[in-house]
Amino acid sequence: MATTTMTMAKALNEGLRRALEKDKKVLLMGEDIGKLGGVFRITDGLQKDFGEDRVIDSPLAESAIVGTAVGLAIRGYRTVCEMQFDGFVYPAFDQIVSQVAKLHKRSDGVYTMGLVIRLPFQGGIGAIEHHSESPEAYFAQTAGLRVVSCSTPNDAYWMIQQAVEHDDPIIFCEPKSRYWEKGEVDLDTPPHGLFDTVVRREGTDVTVIGYGSSVKTMLRAADTAKSEGRSLEIIDARSLAPLDLGPMISSLEKTGRLVVVQEAPNTASLGSELVATLTERCFYSLRAPGIRVSGYHVPYPPSRIEDAYRPSVDRILDAVDRVMGYES
Amino acid sequence: MIDETLVQLLTPEGERISHPDYESALGGDEILGFYRDMVIVRRLCNESTSLQRQGQLALWAPVQGQEGAQIGAGRALEPMDFTFPSYREHGVAWCRGVPPEDMLRIFRAVTTGGWDPQKYRHSVPTIVLGNQALHAVGYAMGIQRDGAEEAAMTFFGDGASSQGDVLESFVWAASFNAPVVFFCQNNQWGISTPSTLQSKVPLYRRAPGFGFPGIRVDGNDVLAVYEVTKRALENARTGNGPTLIEAYTYRMGAHTTSDDPTRYRIDAEVEVWKHRDPIERVKALLAREYHVRSSTFDEVTAEADLLALKLREDVLAMGPPDPISMFDNVYADVHPLIEEGRREMIELGVSGGAH
Repeated sequence: MATTTMTMAKALNEGLRRALEKDKKVLLMGEDIGKLGGVFRITDGLQKDFGEDRVIDSPLAESAIVGTAVGLAIRGYRTVCEMQFDGFVYPAFDQIVSQVAKLHKRSDGVYTMGLVIRLPFQGGIGAIEHHSESPEAYFAQTAGLRVVSCSTPNDAYWMIQQAVEHDDPIIFCEPKSRYWEKGEVDLDTPPHGLFDTVVRREGTDVTVIGYGSSVKTMLRAADTAKSEGRSLEIIDARSLAPLDLGPMISSLEKTGRLVVVQEAPNTASLGSELVATLTERCFYSLRAPGIRVSGYHVPYPPSRIEDAYRPSVDRILDAVDRVMGYES
Repeated sequence: MIDETLVQLLTPEGERISHPDYESALGGDEILGFYRDMVIVRRLCNESTSLQRQGQLALWAPVQGQEGAQIGAGRALEPMDFTFPSYREHGVAWCRGVPPEDMLRIFRAVTTGGWDPQKYRHSVPTIVLGNQALHAVGYAMGIQRDGAEEAAMTFFGDGASSQGDVLESFVWAASFNAPVVFFCQNNQWGISTPSTLQSKVPLYRRAPGFGFPGIRVDGNDVLAVYEVTKRALENARTGNGPTLIEAYTYRMGAHTTSDDPTRYRIDAEVEVWKHRDPIERVKALLAREYHVRSSTFDEVTAEADLLALKLREDVLAMGPPDPISMFDNVYADVHPLIEEGRREMIELGVSGGAH
């Protein structure tokens, strides 16, 4: 088994390289992705190796990046669109929701919208406004789209390839604060399916579910909890739409307690969806109401105070205390 | 003549006029073919309006007045070209071979599409203004990568011309020299919004600012539209880049059957445009130059009536789809929420009906 250590950024780069090698119909398109290699260098060196026709430096207009990718999909191409930052995806929202999500249906299955929209999301990089948002729920609610998020380099390497090969449109959420963290990547075998939820650490007292950048914070919380004699089961949702409920239900049948972690605000969020759905499915297993640890209902704050907004180890442990505090 | 920049080969009276850059080499049979197309499309459009008034369609978007623009453009296309319409392109759809009953499915609210877009190389209707312009440019970028000698063409109106997607599509097409033709039917009105509110310069003059040619053609002159479009498509196919064609025309009817144009435009304006009708001028030309007899015109009218009758029968026979079909083709691959919804509907035994 060939494994190697690399950052998530490099893993995405290598995954995209492999996707470009495997299928000549795969294209990359986005702002500054060619010569510069993208503002996060995710596409570094790919234009040099695959040419300007396949790794396309586009004019700066997000709706056009996605809208032309739709036309390319109708022509049989698979375009990986890079949105430079989460907060810049909104100009493309119309194309994503009205066209990308619905053209397979509208054409009675004749068109396949096999395109990937890469979205560096969540905060934690000390950025200015519009560079730290968590818009995943907007897309998760739209029928026709799928939404996934990676949290490790190994997942990044494989999930991006699986997303490119998939025939449905996929919003691919990359936790930008984890781009530069290293991990083992298995170059031979994908660890999981694209839409599989994964138990990152087994535990018995509380099920903690999150995704993207939150997973690492959740693992830290589990370390601290362990020293306090509490056992947390850490679940990386990975697929946000559709949700892979099986492993979550199994976990809750064991622990009876649920904490959900996300950077997005609570209202109408993935966290809300998880708590509601799991309550429906696991009502008789639950010993406490599910609790969400989220961003607050405010615009993403100036980054000098973002640590007070993003779910922290302390806030997760506080939620653990609360679900442990219910008598049953 | 509406203005001196307008390409026109046939006056409203049906007299040929010369143009320094364009001339029509079409013979009588081909012109008669255009006449037949326009008469049929108008007849089917009127039948559709009646069907809506009789409660058989949820909505109809009349094309009356724009037949010259749509048939001229539609007949200039080659079979391998690919077209991206809005929701009023019934004449173009006719030229692409889309069966009339399929055009009405979306208006009978039994589907959100209506036909196989790859079969006719004519995409499904786009209702959100201007979205399709970007699809055409993306498709054209695919043509480039395939090294094919084909073109994409997109249709939109003056109403969509302020949309960001249309303007972004101009940028993209120019920057990538995409083999695409933008066919803008300026029918003067976006529901109640006059084209003068949409643009302070004639629409075709926007194109040079983006880096490609724009041309204004008399949209009610099918011969001129045909020649202008044919050349623009040829330029696209041979690597000479995009063109914006502004077909200057008029929406004789309402925006849709839900609209009441008497609230925002005056009868005198409509009267002026009646005299510029695209069908009458071709008829006059055919009668004078090609000695087409009135019996031939009568045959075309009779054929159009028959097609309208068939359309009516087809529409009346068009029942609602099985509700369970709403779960089809949402995703290309298996999806748990789709399976869950389908299962629930089957268990409930839902068959549509009143609420």
